[in-house]
Amino acid sequence: MKPAGETTGMPPAAANRDALQRYSFAVIIHLLLVLAWYLFVKIGQVPKFVMPSPYETLHALLVPNYRWAENIAVTSVEIFGGYVLAVVIGIALALVFSWSRWLEMATMPLLVSLNMIPKVALGPLIIVWFKYGIGPNIMMAFAICFFPIVLTTARGLREVEPELLDLVRTLRGSRWQLFTKIQFPGALPYIFSGMKVAAILAVAGAIVGEFLGSDRGLGYLMLQVQVTLDTAAMFMAVILITLIGSVLYLLVLGLERLLVVRDARLQ
Amino acid sequence: MSMAEPFIHLAGVRKVYRTRGVEFLAVSEATFDVEGGELVALVGPSGCGKTTLLKILAGLHSYESGTVRIGSAKQPFDPARDIGMVFQQPLLLKWRRILDNVLLPAEILGLPLAASRERARHLLALVGLSGAELKYPYELSGGMQQRAAIARALIHDPKLILMDEPFGALDAMTREKMNLELLRIWQEARKTIVFVTHGITEAVFLGTRVIVLTAGPARMADNFRVELPHPRTLDMKTSELFGDYTRRIYHLLGME
Repeated sequence: MKPAGETTGMPPAAANRDALQRYSFAVIIHLLLVLAWYLFVKIGQVPKFVMPSPYETLHALLVPNYRWAENIAVTSVEIFGGYVLAVVIGIALALVFSWSRWLEMATMPLLVSLNMIPKVALGPLIIVWFKYGIGPNIMMAFAICFFPIVLTTARGLREVEPELLDLVRTLRGSRWQLFTKIQFPGALPYIFSGMKVAAILAVAGAIVGEFLGSDRGLGYLMLQVQVTLDTAAMFMAVILITLIGSVLYLLVLGLERLLVVRDARLQ
Repeated sequence: MSMAEPFIHLAGVRKVYRTRGVEFLAVSEATFDVEGGELVALVGPSGCGKTTLLKILAGLHSYESGTVRIGSAKQPFDPARDIGMVFQQPLLLKWRRILDNVLLPAEILGLPLAASRERARHLLALVGLSGAELKYPYELSGGMQQRAAIARALIHDPKLILMDEPFGALDAMTREKMNLELLRIWQEARKTIVFVTHGITEAVFLGTRVIVLTAGPARMADNFRVELPHPRTLDMKTSELFGDYTRRIYHLLGME
């Protein structure tokens, strides 16, 4: 606890200046990375098939055969589909656990063991069971990002201060009131920390799915251009995948800022 | 005080904890009365059962034997609505603004919201937090958070306030200030307060009555009225009478 009389945080103007500084620094460091990339390729005279220049990478977007728009759409659907499914089912399942001690005791150890399975290793099985395509790749993304969500949500719902329980009990509050007023809002920071981890994993899941078996998507495209040694297109595909992941991550971050008070957020 | 039935009556209350077959006597033979409007301090070392007694009063703990009766014909008591609690930590909900934190018990009890909101503003003024209504807990210092927790305990206008070492986590100077504030709030709000502390001077300074509990074995060692006048001031702490009281407690706790 903070001692009395101590003011908390910075004055708003200083905080704003600090944030602005932080953001401009982040942008500059990224631009510097692109510059370093450019200089490395140019001065080192690196062959195009080993490492294309930033310009050549952008140029790959102009090859109509690569059907960028369609592939971006397919991969995005897989990532977002698997992710949303994992968030909905993961949170719902954790809620059910928090209501039934018995169910939690029966299922939680199982979930922890299942979490130990390298989800990527399930890829060939998923293809055997469900063929290849968008559906199985959504499942792959789902499988890989479901566990962090259900486990952190369940943990967050368990973490209620015993004295807050006492407070609600002295007022003869209902189980539902405890849940809606204290337990669930208190679990939100945990839910978001799980959702942030899962956002990064979902991207990996969808791409691995495409590597293992698919006929569309950016991961599929990468395998195609690997054969023709079009490294520029591979670079572009990686950048686009990263951008899709970033969009998802920023959406989650924005939602967290909207729903969770600064002080309650988990770093 | 009248000779009519007291607001709180405890007789021979005994509480035993069992952990893995080992019995631990938490409270034994607790017998005391509290008149309506008193501020009773329960003081003792850790393990003396003071928090357990408080939880028994709150209806949160069962007990093996004895009688606990709260309320009288003159002052009826509804256990669901007439208890306000303050803990060592403020335990404000981080995601709620101060005003909404104060409103929590009113929401749980389903009290009319507009009137409760008005009352919450009034109580925040009473505890010296006017202007902090829309702040979040993290924007307040520990002492201010504890003031908000006191306002929360008063929102549903309970007859009995139970406080479990509410200033134990504060620094010494803030603690003294909060003691004076509590006395002022107690006199304005006209509540019965049972206050648990391990601070001997705090118990004497705050209490209209002090109940001393000892540990190993848990036992009620003393129960006396504090004849210091009200309103109390900090210089009373240097008075001879104050010294007599604190010496009496030190003696009982074997701390001379």
